Amino acid sequence: MTTARTKPLASTSNQAAIKEGRHAAFMNTAARRRLGLTVLGWTIAGVIFFPIFWMVLTGFKTEAAAIAEPSLIFSPTLESYTAVHGRADYFKFAMNSVVVAFGSTLLALLIAIPSAYSMAFLPTKRTKGTLLWMLSTKMLPPVGVLVPIYLLFRDVGLLDTRTGLIIVYTLMNLPIVVWMLYTFFKDLPKDILEAGRMDGASTLQEVLFLLLPLTLPGIASTGLLSVILSWNEAFWSLNLTSSNAAPLTAYIASFSSPEGLFWAKLSAASTMAIAPILVFGWLTQKQMVRGLTFGAVK
Amino acid sequence: MNKTRASGRTVGGWRNLSLQGPAVTLLLLWMLVPLGMTLWFSFQRYNLLMPGMTGFAGLENYQYLFTDPALWTAMGNTLLLVGSVLAITVIGGTLLAVLFQQEFPGRGVARVLAISPFFVMPTVSALVWKNMMMHPANGVLSWVAESLGLPALDWFSSLPLTSIVIIVAWQWLPFALLILLTAMQSLDDDQVEAARMDGAGPVAIFFFITLPHLKRAISVVIMIEMIFLLTIFAEIFVTTSGGPGLATTNLAYLIYIRALLDFDVGTASAGGVIAIILANIVAIFLVRMVAKNLEN
Repeated sequence: MTTARTKPLASTSNQAAIKEGRHAAFMNTAARRRLGLTVLGWTIAGVIFFPIFWMVLTGFKTEAAAIAEPSLIFSPTLESYTAVHGRADYFKFAMNSVVVAFGSTLLALLIAIPSAYSMAFLPTKRTKGTLLWMLSTKMLPPVGVLVPIYLLFRDVGLLDTRTGLIIVYTLMNLPIVVWMLYTFFKDLPKDILEAGRMDGASTLQEVLFLLLPLTLPGIASTGLLSVILSWNEAFWSLNLTSSNAAPLTAYIASFSSPEGLFWAKLSAASTMAIAPILVFGWLTQKQMVRGLTFGAVK
Repeated sequence: MNKTRASGRTVGGWRNLSLQGPAVTLLLLWMLVPLGMTLWFSFQRYNLLMPGMTGFAGLENYQYLFTDPALWTAMGNTLLLVGSVLAITVIGGTLLAVLFQQEFPGRGVARVLAISPFFVMPTVSALVWKNMMMHPANGVLSWVAESLGLPALDWFSSLPLTSIVIIVAWQWLPFALLILLTAMQSLDDDQVEAARMDGAGPVAIFFFITLPHLKRAISVVIMIEMIFLLTIFAEIFVTTSGGPGLATTNLAYLIYIRALLDFDVGTASAGGVIAIILANIVAIFLVRMVAKNLEN
């Protein structure tokens, strides 16, 4: 670009100089446009991200500094983190979140993989209907079935248990997991599995040794989406748990009571609660769109 | 030949049944049992505080619910909440998708930052906004207002529903952005270039090329958000508990109050039936759209 530009300048021909002037003016507006875009893009991104940034910052303040006039300048301390950890229960809540989110995800994958496999590779006239019906179960608003689920759980002793939450989250995410796996399996060329079948592989071998390794990235992002959704779920966790099985969503909610209002501790606990999921979200944002829109947007 | 094909089909049928069976059975139970119970309870006299009073109630629960002014307040709040959040997230999401589609230094990082709130659990976002952002004395917003010489606002007492709208919109704007940005990637660059050659300005390109291209993705965003926004719960639970008065009580929160605070199973179930019907009106359109997409 630069060499091309200097050449006609050196020849000092009139025409070239005019051309150069136009070119420079064009470059100027382009550069200005680019600068404007950069400033605008970063400002908006910064404003949207600000509450998260501020929360992380507040987690490193003392309680006194946290509640004082907003300020970027303070001496950072790990006080709140040690305080939150010191209350042994943080670990309990975090453990509940981990067990419930990963437990329900594994269970959902286990149930969904055979189902998605048969829908993608052995389609029948009913496959489409089944898929759409699964999607429609996701449309049932949780609040519409709060009463029966609560009473059922009370009667069989599942209230405030991890098992209870795992059951609810597995079923809650099952349609999304089946759908997402289905779209990933569909993308796989049929010949590959066909070749395996020719070599005498059984269905189980076909799934274990061909399908799973080949679609591992898709399965991983499906699993991550399910973990994210379970981790952040806050309707069932607030209504079905109280102390024993309460995950982090419910623990954070306990900061809403006036006597529990400690901003620095709230921020420290929140930062720890959202950090892993934020990273998962960043990693899978592109594939996640499939699951969130049931394949309608890819 | 015929024989093998016929037997092959039945073998395939059995195989499909055994493979899909668990998922289908579980979802069927998960849907039918609670749905049936909600319907059943909604016609029963059933209050956990009055164990003696049971029996068929006919339409009593519905009558009680529909004559209760709280229901209409809650419905109004639900509509306002859903409508405002949808307007903000869809319009904002579309504009932001256009912005983040342009190339500028650090675009990848800026995108990631803008999408982040979607991954924050609702109880965290609600409490961070309520305390650190919207606190009347020490919140960032009142500090900004004071620096600009404006009076500080006590968000949750003077504008309770607006505050909830802001929090929920902050969570769902990134969702709209994420979906629309993905949809934007399939926009034909040549078409845009051709339009530009023909002298179309950025505004014309937006209205005549970008927007039509995003039409389907936008409707998907609207429908999925509607289904989730109809039953917003945690954000209200940790900030206002539906108050002051009923100012931030939506349908979901009203059902929660009736069920788990008043122990009135009958009325809560009638409310649940209404919520299910409302969600299904939206769901029909969404399922239809996905079905159309499945054919291609």
